[in-house]
Amino acid sequence: MKGSLIILSFFATGLLLGVFRWLPIGFLNNNASFYVLCLLMFSVGVSIGNEPATFRQFRNLNPRLIFLPIMTIAGTWLGIISVSFFIKDRSLADCLAVGSGFGYYSLSSVLITQYKGVELGTIALLSNIMREVITLLFAPLMVKYFGNLSPISAGGATTMDTTFPIIIRTSGKDYAVISIYQGFIVDFTVPFLVTLFCSL
Amino acid sequence: MFIVIACMLAGIAVGFIFRHHKARFIHRLILTLVWLLLFLLGLEVGANEMVVRQFGKLGFEAFLLAASGTFGSVVAAWLLWLSYSKKSENV
Repeated sequence: MKGSLIILSFFATGLLLGVFRWLPIGFLNNNASFYVLCLLMFSVGVSIGNEPATFRQFRNLNPRLIFLPIMTIAGTWLGIISVSFFIKDRSLADCLAVGSGFGYYSLSSVLITQYKGVELGTIALLSNIMREVITLLFAPLMVKYFGNLSPISAGGATTMDTTFPIIIRTSGKDYAVISIYQGFIVDFTVPFLVTLFCSL
Repeated sequence: MFIVIACMLAGIAVGFIFRHHKARFIHRLILTLVWLLLFLLGLEVGANEMVVRQFGKLGFEAFLLAASGTFGSVVAAWLLWLSYSKKSENV
């Protein structure tokens, strides 16, 4: 939660500087953010490739639970599809691109801004932050009514970092490995799925 | 557009090659880059008057997408949970 607030404050600082024109506009016209994004993606890749040990503990998973990330992704899309009819000025692909952030707001918002512009990028940032907050707030209710796997699905790509502690507390310690597994897989799909829906 | 993904795949390869040298600094670097990018995104949003004027509407659309996506995934996880808890007791 503290990490999210820090990130949000960087966004807010940029927002204020932009609104009051405290920085020259020329600052934005070069493609700086694209190169930073490439560097970020390279670093994310290094962090994945550098930890092969993470894969090894997935061998102890119950085979049935291997499908949880697929349920998360499919369920999210079905939810998005059903509400997209009520959002008239966005295409279905745009809505699905936002939903395919699965709570990974930093990466998805920056990617979508690159591909589709700042308007949809803003929606992606807000929407994916909201997903994380919804998970943090409602995890106990989710477990009560929808079973121990539900907060893990709700957390999407964040279940191995920001929402991990609340999942352990509400679903139980037995769900630590499945939570990390699901976060890892969904995390990995975000850049691919967002790129896919942005190119449709 | 796919340059971004190519960068990640290249990173995975490099990370794997150097897997015996733990790159501890990488998580700090990622966090710093995320801060920088979100700052730049804020700057871009703030400088765009049309987006600033529509901020409330964009926020509402964001909420609809967040709530429906989260709810959909919760229901999907519930279905898996029902089939799972019938079969076994341990995770």
